[in-house]
Amino acid sequence: MKYINDYELCAGLEVHVELKTKTKIFCSCKTDFGAEPNTQVCPVCLGHPGTLPTLNERAVEYALRAGLCLNCRISELSGFDRKNYFYPDLPKAYQISQYEKPICEGGFLSIETESGEKKIGITRIHMEEDAGKLLHTKERGTLIDYNRAGVPLIEIVSEPDIRSPEEAVAYLRELRSILLYAGVSDCKMNEGSLRCDVNLSVRKKGVAEMGTRCELKNLNSFKFIEKAMEYEYRRQIEVLEGGGEIVQETRRFDESSGKTFSMRKKEKQSDYRFFPEPDLLRVEISEKMIAEVRSSLPVLPKERREKYCESYGIPISDGVILTQDRKIADWFEKAAPLTRYPKTCANMILSEIMAFDESESLPERISPENMASLCDMAGDGTINSAVAKKLIRRMWKSDIDPEKVVADEGLAQIRDRETIRTFVKSAIEAMPKAVEDYKKGKETASRSIVGKAMGLSSGKAAPDIVALLVEEELLKL
Amino acid sequence: MKKILERSVIEKARDLRAGEYSAVELTAAYLDNIEECDEKIGAYLFCDRKLSLDMAKRADDMLKGGDAPLLCGIPFGVKDNICTAGIPTTAASKMLEGYIPPYSATAYERLERAGAVLLGKTNMDEFGMGSSTENSAYKITKNPNDLRRTPGGSSGGSAAAVSANTAAFALGSDTGGSVRCPAAYCGCVGLKPTYGAVSRYGLIAFSPSLEQIGPLTRTVRDNALVFEAISGKDPKDPTTKDRIGDTLAGLESGVKGVRIGIARELADSNASAETKEAIFSAARALEKEGATIVDISLPSLELATAAYYIISSAEASSCLARYDGVRFGHRTKKECQTVEELFRESRSEGFGKEVKRRILLGTFVLSEGSYDDYYKNATRVRGLVKRDYDCAFKSCDVILSPVCPDKAPFIGEEKDPVDVYLMDKFCVGANLAGIPALSVPCKKSAEGLPVGMQLTAPFGGENILYRVARAYEVIR
Repeated sequence: MKYINDYELCAGLEVHVELKTKTKIFCSCKTDFGAEPNTQVCPVCLGHPGTLPTLNERAVEYALRAGLCLNCRISELSGFDRKNYFYPDLPKAYQISQYEKPICEGGFLSIETESGEKKIGITRIHMEEDAGKLLHTKERGTLIDYNRAGVPLIEIVSEPDIRSPEEAVAYLRELRSILLYAGVSDCKMNEGSLRCDVNLSVRKKGVAEMGTRCELKNLNSFKFIEKAMEYEYRRQIEVLEGGGEIVQETRRFDESSGKTFSMRKKEKQSDYRFFPEPDLLRVEISEKMIAEVRSSLPVLPKERREKYCESYGIPISDGVILTQDRKIADWFEKAAPLTRYPKTCANMILSEIMAFDESESLPERISPENMASLCDMAGDGTINSAVAKKLIRRMWKSDIDPEKVVADEGLAQIRDRETIRTFVKSAIEAMPKAVEDYKKGKETASRSIVGKAMGLSSGKAAPDIVALLVEEELLKL
Repeated sequence: MKKILERSVIEKARDLRAGEYSAVELTAAYLDNIEECDEKIGAYLFCDRKLSLDMAKRADDMLKGGDAPLLCGIPFGVKDNICTAGIPTTAASKMLEGYIPPYSATAYERLERAGAVLLGKTNMDEFGMGSSTENSAYKITKNPNDLRRTPGGSSGGSAAAVSANTAAFALGSDTGGSVRCPAAYCGCVGLKPTYGAVSRYGLIAFSPSLEQIGPLTRTVRDNALVFEAISGKDPKDPTTKDRIGDTLAGLESGVKGVRIGIARELADSNASAETKEAIFSAARALEKEGATIVDISLPSLELATAAYYIISSAEASSCLARYDGVRFGHRTKKECQTVEELFRESRSEGFGKEVKRRILLGTFVLSEGSYDDYYKNATRVRGLVKRDYDCAFKSCDVILSPVCPDKAPFIGEEKDPVDVYLMDKFCVGANLAGIPALSVPCKKSAEGLPVGMQLTAPFGGENILYRVARAYEVIR
């Protein structure tokens, strides 16, 4: 597109996160995902006449944890308000939410971009209740499952600091891992425990004011968020370049076409008639409570990856991936001090283990001690990388002692040049076609000879020496 | 047996323990009286003889076991906006016709546990909106003292039942005078408790920040007894508070040294000459007993009615939004194309005129553009009202005032809605401020109709209310 480089994308994210409390925010119903429809309901969450909400203290604690992890100011006194609108999935026809005074305000989180660390501002975090779920069926019309009605949510609203779809995804990944570290949510997009809307506008580079924004909905994966933002960015530029104006509206992302479509214009948007919820007291948070929660917070990904970089020389970008899942990061921190080659350990996790299904089950599968001895052997050249890869796959299946396996099965690397030379000579003899190709100037042909020689050594020869000797022998011909 | 019905709750409690009669006999006597005279009074919306007698049987067992709570075996009525598990609860609205709540209100549950016997659910203005009980979707309740007149409202059925001896006591609810007004018109004692003294759990909400469940009784002592039984912290209602203490202890201490405030604004108010005279004569009588009459001022009360109607309607528009025909209550039989149409038709059919008026008013005052002018300003007035009371209670212990400007109006009288709203003038202040107020029978009007007087006390001041009311009851 012609003008695309003249424009800048500005986006802010609204992320809804279901808190993983055992019970709902205003009643004692369970919150288990996937239960039979309407089995986790009571008169309170069904909005029966005369029922009253009682606040789940654990939900407040979780919201507070999230706020502290995201560097927010905590409101000593916050309150609930009613957001009024009619919809069949909303039992009381109002949602109890925080409008005037949310529990957390003014925080930030840091993401890693190509040009280094960037802070994304967090405007506010507020608590609210989730609505039920509509199920549209052919046979029985629309059915409503109220199991989700009253599940505690926090809504995390960012500042419009995001400048690209990649930054949006980096923000979401970082947010997700922080919330997982804090233990306040499962953050599963496919189960709806993490949902994201994007407010996106464009402006000419160098212009200070924000453009008119559109809100993008129905973004069910990181991939769709990227696609929708990319599409919307181009659409808005096209409208502006065509002499048009952006209309403030809500737009729905269509997964099959990859486009966004207008859902409702601003003027048709509901007036929610917010007012203070009279059935609940104000939420008081004491200094003591803040201190208690703060002292129970885990070390967050950012601090960890900085430490990995400093102590082990692991690049920050690798650290980002290594720290995404707290269980893996915790496990790495146990294994790393046990080996002389912590960087090898990190690489092993990133290139091998992360490729396995259910890679998060690593701590249950491999002991840090066994991992450390594998890394030592790989690091000091006792075994070559092919053997190391084979061993890690075996260790994934059962937690074997790699040192013992190497000794028992004679897997130690062969570095003796003359032994290796015999493998190389045999390989050259066995592959006349490759030799011919090599002579014709096809240098890559030597690679298949190296592979053959490695195979003849049962994969135990040191690959660097094999490569060297193949070149030597070929030159002799 | 009918003579017995005249006796106070405390006397009946004594009789039951002395074996003068059983709870079953007492309940049967009430049920017989209901059968005999409720057709013309219309206090009840629902009675179930078998259910009441079963409860009475259980009460007799409790009494035999000894150590039964005071209210054990005492038959009572419950306003129809208070949920009773398994028993129809409609708030006198077509919207909730046939609704059977799956749970009980805490206040009712406490009485049930104490062994009190439910006689039935009493009529009211739909969702508590009104002060004549004429806004019921089901029937008109008549004032037992003069059948041509209304019993007041919205707890008109409860007051009429107590007045006609078709209940030993009754529960009502008071959002802006709904216990006190009918108590005054029917000649009962009615309490609007301190906000948070009685759990609202199970009270079908009209305006949560203003309303409380309160007892209607024949005597002051009975009222204190029932209040004791239903009040106190409830984990199901976060706005409840711990009990203040024994309201019965100081009941007979008299009024010597008690400072009784009368607002100077009363003289120029819309109260009738007869009503004003009743209040002043009560003041003189109390003065003779040793009380001091103090001149006070409550200037912001002039604005209180407007603030009350804005806040209560705003909250009502939200509280009544759940009646949309989806989960319970009335659903239109019409074929609907969209869910919005289902909402609209069900609500248009299910709600009465006054309820619709308040929902519209409330929706308007909360809307963008009018929120600041109306709702926000009303909350400011609310603050002023509280401040006026705080100031007044520096120089007095209780405030004496009328409950309603005049005696009970005739049924069917054509009235302007705003004039009707202004009848709440003396009552709404206590709701806005969250303080307790008690309606006590005063001397009767020239035609022999009951006239009530209102005593208002600071937050948590039920004790002093009952003490002054009791002193007046003795000399009336």
